[in-house]
Parts: sequence; structure tokens; C-alpha cells
Amino acid sequence: MTITEKILAAHAGREVVEPGELIEVKLDLLLGNDITAPLAIAEFQKTGAQKVFDPEKVVLIPDHFTPNKDIKSAEQAKILRDFARQQNLHHYYEVGRVGIEHAFLPEQGLVLPGDCVIGADSHTCTYGALGAFSTGVGSTDLAAAMITGETWLKVPATIKVIYYGKLNRWVSSKDLILHLIGDIGVDGALYKTLEFTGETITNLSVDARLTMANMAIEAGAKNGIFPVDEITIEYVQKRAKRDYKVYASDKDAQYYDVREYDVGTLEPQVAFPPLPENVRPVSAASEISLDQVVIGSCTNGRIEDLRIAAEILRGRQVSSNIRLIVIPATQAIYLQALREGLIEIFITAGAAVSTPTCGPCLGGHMGVLAKGERALATTNRNFVGRMGHPESEVYLASPAVAAASAVLGRIVSPVELGL
Amino acid sequence: MAEKSLQGKVWQFGDDINTDLIVPARYLNTSDPQELATHCMEDVDPEFTKKIARGDIIVAGKNFGCGSSREHAPLAIKSAGIACVIAKSFARIFFRNAINIGLPILESQDAIEEIVTGNVVKIDLAAGKIYDLTTGKTYRATQFPPFMEQLIAAGGLMEWIKQKKMHNTVDCQ
Ligand code: SF4
Repeated sequence: MTITEKILAAHAGREVVEPGELIEVKLDLLLGNDITAPLAIAEFQKTGAQKVFDPEKVVLIPDHFTPNKDIKSAEQAKILRDFARQQNLHHYYEVGRVGIEHAFLPEQGLVLPGDCVIGADSHTCTYGALGAFSTGVGSTDLAAAMITGETWLKVPATIKVIYYGKLNRWVSSKDLILHLIGDIGVDGALYKTLEFTGETITNLSVDARLTMANMAIEAGAKNGIFPVDEITIEYVQKRAKRDYKVYASDKDAQYYDVREYDVGTLEPQVAFPPLPENVRPVSAASEISLDQVVIGSCTNGRIEDLRIAAEILRGRQVSSNIRLIVIPATQAIYLQALREGLIEIFITAGAAVSTPTCGPCLGGHMGVLAKGERALATTNRNFVGRMGHPESEVYLASPAVAAASAVLGRIVSPVELGL
Repeated sequence: MAEKSLQGKVWQFGDDINTDLIVPARYLNTSDPQELATHCMEDVDPEFTKKIARGDIIVAGKNFGCGSSREHAPLAIKSAGIACVIAKSFARIFFRNAINIGLPILESQDAIEEIVTGNVVKIDLAAGKIYDLTTGKTYRATQFPPFMEQLIAAGGLMEWIKQKKMHNTVDCQ
């Protein structure tokens, strides 16, 4: 069996599961945010249910329109707050302590290897980086699971992705996942698991792996997952407050497909609008001028991302045509960046630094685009209207490309800065 | 799902219609179905909600509903009065959400190649049949697994959970 099949079997109380089977699984953690949880809470209340199945396992994170951008979003966030208090939820975090959910949960040790997690947010697949099964669902699924602690799932077949080769300078895990999505398309892994393996992967940090698992959904996958190794264990050991279990794919596990990529000569990648599959090497994008650059989100708002951006921006200035917005994904990352002097580098370079929020990633607030404007972002989606006006454009790339592009005002690799 | 037999005018869309197109995130500071309905498909066709009539049907290509997990997307479609979505394939979270909230959806490979905007289509949900009344052609939709039929018959996930809790008999296998 694959790692995903083993985790699902264990949570279904079964020895074996096979792709295509419909199973019911017990959940270790459930997640909702300020967009999806209000609907879930309404559904929960409609059933007459009094209590969530376990107040330790239901996590509510106000991160999308927070700090509240208007009265309506304030009302939404209040629904979470009131419910969390009424249900005595252990894991509700308020503005000032919270962060973007998919950066925050791993950082706080709330998700651990071997867990089975659902979240009413499509990027819940991020936690696969830790060797957990995690997938996005809708609000009604969340409501039902808050009552029962279980959910139904179809066991996905697994596509194994093997990367080998040593990455060039300025090439990151973001480029690996964009390259894959460019190859297989936005439905290339529909209903399937992406299992990321290979020597290139074994050298990646947990931060870098989280970026890749995060974008599994952008290929339509149910989940993306990594083998657990020493790097994973080192990351979770100092964070875990409960036991966890490590699963690994068998040598003779059955795969739906195996795809191999030699990434030794890969250039930084850029996804052109309006789909994450429109991927080209950065050298094919250098004619594209920009109005805004965003460094942040659950994809690339972690400390390593900020370090790379700061390395490029140190001693340089953001182009006078560009608005650079930097958003550390959590309070802990923000503080760490402050201590390391990264925030000072950003501000000196001419960037706006924001408190943790999803903000511009979904065109919510804190950097919405006007008609005809063009942004490059380290986020995960470049759909029509994603960051604002339907006639604005979003290009996706790594923090390195984002920082360099902010300096030159067009899409470039840091190599063009002589780095 | 509410009615077993549906009939309406078709609105055709292409591949990879994502949840930001179905209901842009800038309107997600509310979860009021009626308000969401007024923005349905706005970024593909700003006039969409003015053109449609209650009972109309969306026909689309592959990977319909890809992108975010927002249940606001099927809710907006349902509240706008669209009776059913037929697509070549659905993104998985949208698929779950539609079934969970009782928005009828059907997968059909050939129907979507031939049925175009303006055609009038009749759907027999129970039989999984699609009749194009404009061209006279009939198509078969892909059958749901029995477990999903149970969910649909119960009227969505929450009703199913209630029944299951009461009788403890519904089996997932
Ligand atoms: S940062 Fe963007 S992709 Fe991530 S949870 Fe927030 S809105 Fe979604």
C-alpha cells in the first residue's frame, strides 16, 4: 500500500483499502476559516446538535478577511468567535496571535505525521508535507464532521512523482510544483494523490515541502504527500504535543502513474494567467512589466521565503513603478523576520509589510488590483479576478523571482541582478 | 435532490470553470445565498444572472468548479435558480459540495460535446438520462455509486447524518 492508503486504512479501522473504495474515516483534526466556517456553523446549528464531537479537534482560524476589512466580514469573524467560545474550542486563535491557517497549523504542531485531517479550505492539502493525509472539503462536510468526528472519502489512486538532480541557484520547491502542474495540467491529478519523492525532495526543508503540498490541489489532487524522514521528524519533534505515527509506502505499492523529472537544469518557473498550468520558464517572461508584487500566502509566506526575498532586496530599491507587499504568514514568522532584520530590509527597500492575513491572495483586501493592472505573486492561484478586477492579471512565481521582479519592475530571475 | 425531472434552457461554458469565476472571492464576506446568487458567474459573463430563468441548466467542459473549497459556489448556482449542472468532469471538492447541498449535477462525456447554449434540455435524474429537446438526441449520464445515491436520496449530507444517527444503519461500503 502507499502511505496515503495506509493512513486511510488505519483511520477506517481496516487492514487494507484500495483505490476507488468509499470509506468512512475517523478524523484527527478539522479546520474551518472565516469564509467557510460560518456556513458550517449554520448547518451544524440547524441539526439541533449541541456539542462538537471533540473541542480539541475542531480548529477555527480567522485569516481571510482579517483583521476585518468591513462590517460584513466582521460579522463573519464574529460567528467563529462566538461559536469557539460557546463550544470551548481549544484551538481558536484571535487576530494578533493567529496566522494563515496552512502556515499556522504545522508551525504550532497541530498537524502531525500520520494524521487524517479535513479542512473547509482547498489548501488543506498542505499538511501532506508532514506525511499526513489532509484534504479540502466544503462547509457542509465540515458541519457533519464537527458532529460525528468522521467523514466519507473515496480512496484515491496515487501518482508517484520522482524528482532528481541538484537544483540551480534561485530554483526552489515552488518551481518544482509549478513545473509539474505545467506538465500535467490543472486536472492532471483529479481525484488522485500526488506522492512526492526522489533525491531532490530529500534535500528540501519542511518549509519548501509545505509549498509543494500546498499546490497539489492546483493539479486537481485530493492530497499531496511526502515520505517522513529525519527532516520531518526534526521539525515535528519540537512542536508535537501528542503522539503521532509514521507511515511509509511499501516497496511494492501500486501506483496509478509514475512521473520522473530531471530538474538539474530547471529554470525558475512562472505561471501565466489565468491558470496555474500556463507555466513557462522565467526567461520567457522578461517582457512582462508589473504594477504590484506580493510575497506571502500559505504557499510562500514562511521564514525561508522571507529570507530569500530579503537576500535579494538587501541594499536594493523596489522599482518606482512597483508596489511591493510583503505578508509574513504567521505572527511567529513575523517576529522571527523582525529579529533577523528582514523586516527592516523590506521597509528600507520600499515595501509595505502587513500583519498576517490572506488579504490580496484572494482579492480580499490589502492590495486589490485595479482594471488592467498586473501583479506577480508567490501565491497559488492566478484565476481571472483572483486578486481584484476581472481584467487584472496575476502571475505566479517563487519568492526569489518575486523579489528580483520588484526591483526591476518586470518578471526576471535574480540572475539579472547579477546575483 | 428535489425534483426528479428537470427541464430548462442551456447555458454553455468551457473547461476549468473555477470557483472564482462562479462566485468571486470579493463577495465572500457574506454567506447569504440570495446575495451570492446575484454574483453567479459574474466574471465570465456579467449579465448571466439577468439572462437566466429559474430552471435553466449549465453545461460545461472538464474540471468544473476547480479551485477553492467555497460551498458558496454551488450555493450561488443553486440560489440563482439553475436546476442542474452537466459537465464532462467536476473538481472533487465542488462535486462533494454540490451533492452535500442538493444541487443536482451530472457527468456526461458526449452530451457536453453537442449541447449548446439556447437548446432546451430535459433531465431524468433517476434514470440518469439527458434529452436534448432541440435536437431530439438522448444522452446517458455517468451513474453515481450507490452510497452517493443514498446521500442524494436523503436530501444531502446533513439529512443523511441525521438519519444515520437515528437508525445507525446506513453503511458506507
Ligand atoms: S493565503 Fe490564499 S490560498 Fe492560502 S488560505 Fe489564504 S486565501 Fe487561501
